[in-house]
Order: sequence, then C-alpha cells, then structure tokens
Amino acid sequence: MNTADKKRLLHEMLYARRYEERCYEAYVERKIGGFLHLYPGQEACAHGVIEAARPGHDYVITGYRDHVHAIKCGADPKRVMAELFAKESGCCKGRGGSMHIFDVEHRFMGGYALVGGPFPLAAGIAKGIQLKGGDEISICFLGDAANNQGTFHESLNMASVWKLPVLYVTENNLYGIGTSIDRSTAVRDQHKRVEAYNIPSAQADGQDIEKVYAAAVTAVEHVRSGKGPYLLELMTYRYRGHSMSDHTPSYRTKEEEKEWGRRDPIIIIKDRLLAAGELSEEEYQKMDQGIMAEIENDVIAYSEAAPEPDVAELERYVLAENDPWVKGGAA
Amino acid sequence: MATLMYWEAIRRAHDEEMSRDPLVICMGEDIGVVGGTYNATKGLLDKYGPERVIDTPISENSYTGIGIGASFIGVRPIIEIMSVNFAWLAMDQIFNSAAKVRYMSGGQLEAPVVIRSPGGTAHQLGAQHSARMEKVFMGVAGLRVVTPSSPKQAYGLLKSAVRCNDPVYINEHELMYNLKGEVPDEEYFHPLEGSEVVRSGRDVTLFGYNISVHWCLQAAEELAKKGIECEVVDLFALSPLDRAGIRASVSKTHKAIIVEEAEPAVGVGAEVMAIINEECFFELDAAPVRVSAVNVPTPFNHNLEKASIPNPRSVVAATLTLLGR
Repeated sequence: MNTADKKRLLHEMLYARRYEERCYEAYVERKIGGFLHLYPGQEACAHGVIEAARPGHDYVITGYRDHVHAIKCGADPKRVMAELFAKESGCCKGRGGSMHIFDVEHRFMGGYALVGGPFPLAAGIAKGIQLKGGDEISICFLGDAANNQGTFHESLNMASVWKLPVLYVTENNLYGIGTSIDRSTAVRDQHKRVEAYNIPSAQADGQDIEKVYAAAVTAVEHVRSGKGPYLLELMTYRYRGHSMSDHTPSYRTKEEEKEWGRRDPIIIIKDRLLAAGELSEEEYQKMDQGIMAEIENDVIAYSEAAPEPDVAELERYVLAENDPWVKGGAA
Repeated sequence: MATLMYWEAIRRAHDEEMSRDPLVICMGEDIGVVGGTYNATKGLLDKYGPERVIDTPISENSYTGIGIGASFIGVRPIIEIMSVNFAWLAMDQIFNSAAKVRYMSGGQLEAPVVIRSPGGTAHQLGAQHSARMEKVFMGVAGLRVVTPSSPKQAYGLLKSAVRCNDPVYINEHELMYNLKGEVPDEEYFHPLEGSEVVRSGRDVTLFGYNISVHWCLQAAEELAKKGIECEVVDLFALSPLDRAGIRASVSKTHKAIIVEEAEPAVGVGAEVMAIINEECFFELDAAPVRVSAVNVPTPFNHNLEKASIPNPRSVVAATLTLLGR
C-alpha cells in the first residue's frame, strides 16, 4: 500500500466517520426514522477488506449496519442518505431504509435485518458465480453475534462441501446488541469455530487498516483461486450503541470504551502518516473540514430536497410487473 | 396427449427447463442420487451432473437461502423441500429474504426461485409429517402460491414458475404423486393466476384446490344423482386468489362451499368467504360454508386421522344441509 493509497483510505474512513455522525444528528433532528445502526469504530473493517477485493465487481452482502459497506462498494452517498431520509430518490426509493440499503449496480447485494440471514444468501451468490464461471467472489460481512445462528453453521458447512467462492468476514465487536460475547458465546475467537467445517481462517487487528488489508489480500486470493470459502475475523469495537435505542451503552465500562478509543482506526493511520512525514496536521484538518462541508452541502442538502415517494405507488415492487409467465406466456 | 403420473409430469417440467437453460438447477434432500422421495427428479443427476442437481444436507433454512441467493444473480433454482413440515424451518429465508427483497430494494433485486413441497395427510404420518401450510404462505406479500390438482397443472405450473421472475411456492400433495392424467405432448405453460371451472353447474359452487378438487368432483357426481347440479371451481392459484373467478361463479349459483384439507382458522375457506363478502355479497342466497379439517394435530391412528379431514361424503352432507335437503 503506497502513501497515496493510505491517504485515500484515511479520507474514506474519515468520510465514513463524519457521515455516520451526521446520521446520528439527523436522527436526533427526526429527519431519519426507524432503526439506525452506526459504524464508528469499525471503519477499517469494511474499508480494508473491500479495498483488497474488487469493489463493484465482487458481490458484497451484510447485515443492518450497512451504510459504509454500500458506499465503499461504490454506492452514491447522496442516494444512501436520501434512503435514510426515506425519499423517492433514495437508493431503494424509500422502501428499504437504513437496514436495507441496496445498490445492485455496484453489486452491493443488500443489508438484511435478520441476524445471520445473509450467510446462506452469500453462499448462494457464490454458487451462482460458480455456475456462471465468473472470477467474482462473494463477500459476507456480519458481526460476531451472528455466528450463534444456525445459518452460520449450515451455510459454512455447505460452502465448504461445495467449495464455494465466498469470504465470510466476522467483525468481532464483542457485543451482540447489549450482551457481551463472554456471556453469550463459548469461544471468544470466532475464527476457531470454522475449523469444524474444514474452512481456513485468520484473525487480524480490525483497527489497523494496513493489517486488515494484508489479511484480506490473503483471504481474497484464497477464495478467488477456487480453493473454497475462508473466514476472516477482525477484532474491532463500535463506539456507539447497537442502535439509536441504546446510544449510551450501560452494558460496558467507560474504561473499556476509553481503551478501545485509543486504538481508533482513523487515528492509527493518521498518526502513522504524520510520523512518516507524509501528512501534516494542517492537511488533515483541511481534509476533515472539506469532508464535513461536502456532507452538509452535497449529501444532506440533496436528501432534504429530495421528493417523498408517491403513495399511489405503494403497491409497486411487490411482484414483477407485466411478467408474461403469470398468464402462461400468452402475452 | 400422453397419460402421465403427477410425479412424471413434474419430472418432465424439470427436465425440459434444465435442458433449455443451464442456469436452471434443482436442489434439496435426496433429490440427486436417490432421485427424490417421490421420484420428481429421477435421472436428472446423470443427465445434468452434481453442479446442477444438488443433494443438500438436512439444513432447510440455509439451502433454501442458498437457492434464493443464487437467484439474485440469475440462477433459476427449483428447491424441493421433502415435506412441507420442514418448510417451517425455511420460513425465515422464504419470507424475510425471497418475498421481500424486490420491495426492500425498490425493485433492484428479485428472487426468481421455485420452492416445491408436498403437504397433506397421507397414511399415518403423524402430527409432524402431515401439515397443510398453504395458508401460511398465502399470508405473505411478495410470494406467489400455486397448487396443482392434476398432472397437467403440475407440469404447466412448474414450467411457468421457473420462468416467472417472482418467487413461487408450489404446494403439492403426498398422496397425489401417482395420480394419472393427460398432459399435452407439446410444451405447455399453465397460468400462475386465475381459477378453472372443472365442472359446470347452476345450483351451488364447490370451491376446491389440490386434493380437495377431487373430493368436490366426487361429491358433485353423487349429488347429480339427486338432481343437484354442482359447479366445481379449482383454485389452482392461492396467492393471489382469483377474485373475478370467485365472483363469477357465485353470481351464477348464489351458493358457495369451500373445501379445504387444512384446519379452518385463517385458511383458504376463510379467505374465499371474505372475498365473496367483498365482491358479491348480495348475490348470495345462503351463507357460505366451509368444509375443513378438525383443529387437531394430525393423529396417528388411522380412523382418527381419517376423521380429522374432509372427504367426498362430508362435502355431500354439507351441500345437502346448505340446500335444506
């Protein structure tokens, strides 16, 4: 990874941070409704892995904490924010919302709100790749708590038996909603769990994007070369609550939060660039100001001005429109 | 016209669609080497290979989800769930993923997957292998539900379902796989919406679907001997139900009986009665009646089992009562 790449990734992660913080504000201002799950603290995971893959070419699928994954795949941040604002020009026309961001053009195959739901869907996409003979891979991001669902075990077993080109990424942030991994899960190290399915795996520091990237390069290469599935576990931490309903988490200590705050993914790469003389504090501040202005003037302004969906179109997108086979092919 | 058994008709539809399109695949428990519990995929493994005829582990929710995920990128999976009772385990993927993805994505993504499964009471299979679940599938927006009563429908509905861009659930029946019937020699695509008048009459309409169509036809034959002319309507499409077809028949006979093998609560009978109320209440000469299963887990004992579900005689009795005879 060269200096330009590092600076670009710093910019992308800082953008993601400010974007999510602005979502928080918009939620408090009641511009965003429903559930909202934010990503600050975990930025190096999505950015490091997708950077090592081919965004827009490889398929990516995830759970409900999905805005940043979608944007890193190539989704337009304006249209993602407009979706959070439930507008017609949102990427899902206001029908999906924060937990259901989709951008199929960039092969971001969706955010799903049933914990563990994407495990089989990702394997299925990989099965499709295998049948069609493409060089894409399927990447599934989920949290550690999802690994306690049956779909984890069922899907990884089948992915292994059929050697499917799927990379499972466990973003281990140590909590399933408000329950600590030590209280819910027999094994803290999630990568060990797939040994039972004969799937190779690795664990990496999820706060250091260079380490995430290096581990992801190995993982992506394994999957793309036809050797079957792989699981990459990234040790990370979310700063905010599980969602906006627990934004001051009572289930963890201030000391723990502070300790993880010192290992901030943005600060780690920023400090490294500063120490190497490849970035100045002034340059960083300018970058930050630029990002905040762009989000405000571009993304938020667009989303506020965007039109509401037309209630007359409430029943569109339930079933295919004018599908001739519904009438037995007669049309 | 060839005479085929129900399972042969399903097998032929698989074979034709798989031979036409390399992205049509089939998957499920014991469908490959064994050829399917009811032979519906017999011989396909040898012809199309293990990449396209996939024996799955016993993991209903996830292999169904794998089929759904593959359909996102253009694969056309036909998923067999060996018994509808096992489909309870796959409800998460069917309802939360397949049925909702088009809507949640604002029309960007679709799940053109076919899920076939037999339900119904058969020969003493007990409470956990005798479920009738069509009403559960009918309650979910974004999913089509069809149910063949004949080999011709079994063939033509599967052919259309594979090509349709919506997820389609096909409700088959444990006892019907050996049913014989004529199937056109040329390709035939059955509509996925509508209903069919399979016997015309003016005195009362008997609505049936899947196996209960046969009970209705036998009852109609019996009632004809007493001078009662029954119209029998086959509701091969359960979701969406054919409102216009229901209205047309009730407007003609002014009396309706709905025959379902399932328990009555929130079922096909309840739904058809609601549609009659909404569409043609003032055409009625008598309150509609449903002939349903008794609301019990299916018993093991043969006599108890038989007593728990309708049969042609109970349809005859209900019709005579409705007509005041």
